Amino acid sequence: MKTSFIMNASARYVLWACVLLSLFVLLRGHNEPGGGFIGGLIGALGFVFHALARGAGATRAVLRLQPLTWAGIGLLCGILAGLPAMLLFGEPFLTQQWLGTTPIGTTVLFDLGVYLVVLGFALAFVLPFMEA
Amino acid sequence: MATRADWLLALPLLLPLLACAATAALQSHRDLQRGITAITAVGLLLASAALVAEVISQGVIASQMGDWPAPFGITLVADLFAASMVAITALMYAATALYARGDADVLDNEALWHPLLAALALGVGGAFLAGDLFNLYVWFEVMLIASFGLIVLGGGREQLDGAVKYAMLNLLATTVFLISVGMMFGLTGTLNLADMARRIPEIENQGAVAAVAFLMLAAFGAKAAVFPLFFWLPASYHTAIAPVAAIFAALLTKVGVYALIRIVTLLLPEGHAWVAPLMWFLAAGTMVVGVLGAAAHWEIRRILSFHIISQIGYMIVGIAIATPLALAGAVLYMLHHIVVKANLFLVAGVIRRAGGTFSLATLGGLWRRDPWLGLLFAIPALSLAGIPPLSGFWAKLFVLKSGFDAGWYVLAGIALATGILTLYSMLKIWMEAFWKEVPEGTPELPPITGATRWLLLAPVAGLGLVTITIGLWTEPFAAFALAAGEQLASREAYITAVMGVIRP
Amino acid sequence: MEFLLALLFGVLLSAAIYLLMARSLARSILGLLLLGNAANIAIIASGRVLGWAPPLVAPGANALVADASNPLPQALVLTAIVISFGLTAYVMVLSWAVWRGKGTVDTEALRVAEPRGLPAADPRDAAEAETLAADLLPTRTGAR
Repeated sequence: MKTSFIMNASARYVLWACVLLSLFVLLRGHNEPGGGFIGGLIGALGFVFHALARGAGATRAVLRLQPLTWAGIGLLCGILAGLPAMLLFGEPFLTQQWLGTTPIGTTVLFDLGVYLVVLGFALAFVLPFMEA
Repeated sequence: MATRADWLLALPLLLPLLACAATAALQSHRDLQRGITAITAVGLLLASAALVAEVISQGVIASQMGDWPAPFGITLVADLFAASMVAITALMYAATALYARGDADVLDNEALWHPLLAALALGVGGAFLAGDLFNLYVWFEVMLIASFGLIVLGGGREQLDGAVKYAMLNLLATTVFLISVGMMFGLTGTLNLADMARRIPEIENQGAVAAVAFLMLAAFGAKAAVFPLFFWLPASYHTAIAPVAAIFAALLTKVGVYALIRIVTLLLPEGHAWVAPLMWFLAAGTMVVGVLGAAAHWEIRRILSFHIISQIGYMIVGIAIATPLALAGAVLYMLHHIVVKANLFLVAGVIRRAGGTFSLATLGGLWRRDPWLGLLFAIPALSLAGIPPLSGFWAKLFVLKSGFDAGWYVLAGIALATGILTLYSMLKIWMEAFWKEVPEGTPELPPITGATRWLLLAPVAGLGLVTITIGLWTEPFAAFALAAGEQLASREAYITAVMGVIRP
Repeated sequence: MEFLLALLFGVLLSAAIYLLMARSLARSILGLLLLGNAANIAIIASGRVLGWAPPLVAPGANALVADASNPLPQALVLTAIVISFGLTAYVMVLSWAVWRGKGTVDTEALRVAEPRGLPAADPRDAAEAETLAADLLPTRTGAR
C-alpha cells in the first residue's frame, strides 16, 4: 500500500496519542461521560491509523498478542471484577467492592475489561480486512 | 458466603464465560484450550445438576446481580422449566465438545471453535435464566454473535451463502424484538418480567398490550422457525459443519420457543382470547410445512432441518392449549427434541464421514459396512417419529392427550399425521443410506477407525442412551414435566420469587 | 417532542423496510442499520421524554435535577448501539467475503445453499442440482 511520508512518520505518535487519550477517556468514565467502550474505540482508531500507514503486520507487532487474545484477557478482567463479591463478601455476582473509601474498586477493573474487549474485537474485525 | 441460590444461578453462566475468556486468550495453545473445554463441560454438567436439584427442593429461585433489588437490577431466575433447559444445554455442550474432538472440520479451526462454543453456551444459558426482558435481548445477542462465528467455521462457499440468510433474518428478528421491548417498557414502566406480569392486568389499554405482545411473538416466532417465518432455517442449517449444526438444531430454535412460552404464560395469561386461535394456526402450519418439506428432500441434513420445524409445531401445540398438562407436554417435548435432534445431526456427520456425502442418491450399503452406525441412527430416528418405548413417544403422548382432553381434535389429528410422515422421512434415510446397495460410481471410503471412531460415536451413543432412558424410565421425567407445567401455568411462584427477595 | 420522535421512528422504519427489500446485500445492510436506529428511537420515545438536563447527579446533591432526562432508556440504547455495532461489523465482513467469492452481492445470486431445481421428486435429480450449484458459480475473475 502506498502512503504519504507524513502519515508514515506520524503513525507512531498518533498511535500513542490515541492510546493515551483512550486511557484518559476510560478513567474519566468513572464519574463523567466516557468509559470503557468509547475508550476502546478511540484506542482502536489509533491502531487502525497505524495499520493504514504501516500495514497490518507492523500493527500486529505493536500489539504483540492476537487481537482476540486481548479481548479474552479483557473478558477475564470483567469476570474477575465480579468475583470478589461472591468469594469474599457473600454478595451476589458483580456487587461493587471498594478499597476503603478510595474511588478505586472492582468497577475500574470491569471498565478496563470492557476497554480491552472492545479494542480486541474491533481490531480482530478490521485487521484481516487490511491484510486482504 | 453468597447464598446458595446466588451461586447456583451464577455458575451456569460463569463457567462458560470463564471458558470463553480463557480459550480466547489462549488461542495458540490447543492442548490448554481442549483441557479448559473438557473441565468446563464437566463443571457445567455438575453445576446445572445442582441447580435442578435445588429448584426441585426449593421451588423457584432468584438472584439479583450486583445486589440491585428487583425490579431495578438484573435478575436471574430459575424455575423447573428454566433449570431443566440449563441442564440440557450443559449436556449439549459436553456432547458436541466431545464429538468435535474427532471432527476434521473442527480440528482445522480449533482456535476459534472453543471460545465460540463457550460463548454459545453462555448466551443460551443466559437466555434461559434471564428474568428481565432487556437482559433476555442481550443474551439473545450473545448467542447470535457466537452463532454467527460458528456458522461460517470451515469457510466453504455454501456456508457464506447460508450465513448471509441466517444473519440477516436473525438480525431482523432481534431488532423487532428490541422495538417491542422498548414499547413494552413504555406501556408498563418496567423491564423485569415478574414486575411486568404484575402490572399488565392493571393497564387500561389492553389493545396496546396485545399489539406489542404480537410484535414480540413475531420476533420469537422467527427465532423459533414457526410457520410463516421459518424459511431461513432450511436455507442455512444444512451448511454448517456437523457439530455446529447439531448444537444449533438442538438449542437455538428452542430458545425462541422458551421465550414464547415465557411470554405467553407470564405476560398474557388471561383476557387475551386471540392467543389460542393464533397459536392453533401457527402450530398446524408449522407441523405441516415442516414435515412436507422434509418429505420432498433427498439430502440428509435438509431433511433433518425441515424436521426441526415440524417438531417445533408440537411445542406450539402445547402453548396453544396452555393447560398445565399441555405445558408439561411442551416441556417434555423440548427436552426430548433437543437430545434427539442433536443426536441425528451428529449421526449425519458420521454418515458423511463413512459415505463421503449427505446425498441419499449416492449413499448406500452403510448397514452392511457399519451396523453399529445403523443402530445408533435408528434410535434417535425412531424416537423422533414417536415409536414406543423411546422418549418421543411419551412426549407426543403428552401433547396429544392434552389436545384430546381440551377437545382440540383437529389439531391432535394433524399432530398424529405429522408423526406418520416423520416416520416416512426417517425410513427414507434408512432405506437409501443404510439398506440399499452401494450405487455404482460411489467411491468406497476407508472405514473410520481408532480413536476417531470412539470420539465420534461416544457422544452419539450417550445421547441415544438418554433417549432410551427417558423412554423406559419415564416416571421421574413425566413427574418433573408435570410439575414444571403446573409452575408455568400458575406463575405466582415466579413472581414472588423475583419480587420477594429484596435483601435487608 | 414525542410527536417528533414518533414521526422520526416512522420515517426510519419505512426507509429501513424499503432498503431491506432491495436485492443488493449492501442496501439490505443499510436497511438493518436504519432499523436498529428506529428501535433506539422507539426506546427513547417510550421512556418518556422528561427534560433536557443530563441525568447525572451533581456533586453534593442527592437527587437528579427536576428536568433531568430519563437515564434508563439511554442506558438501554447505549447497550443496543454497542451490540448493533458488533453485528453490523460482522454482516459487513460477511458480505465482503461473499463479494470476494462471487463478485456480486445480489441476493438472487446466493443459490449455493438453495440450488434451483430443489426439491426434486427423484433423489438423483436432487443430487445433480446440488453439484451443479456448487460447480457452476460465477466466480469473479481475478478474485483470490
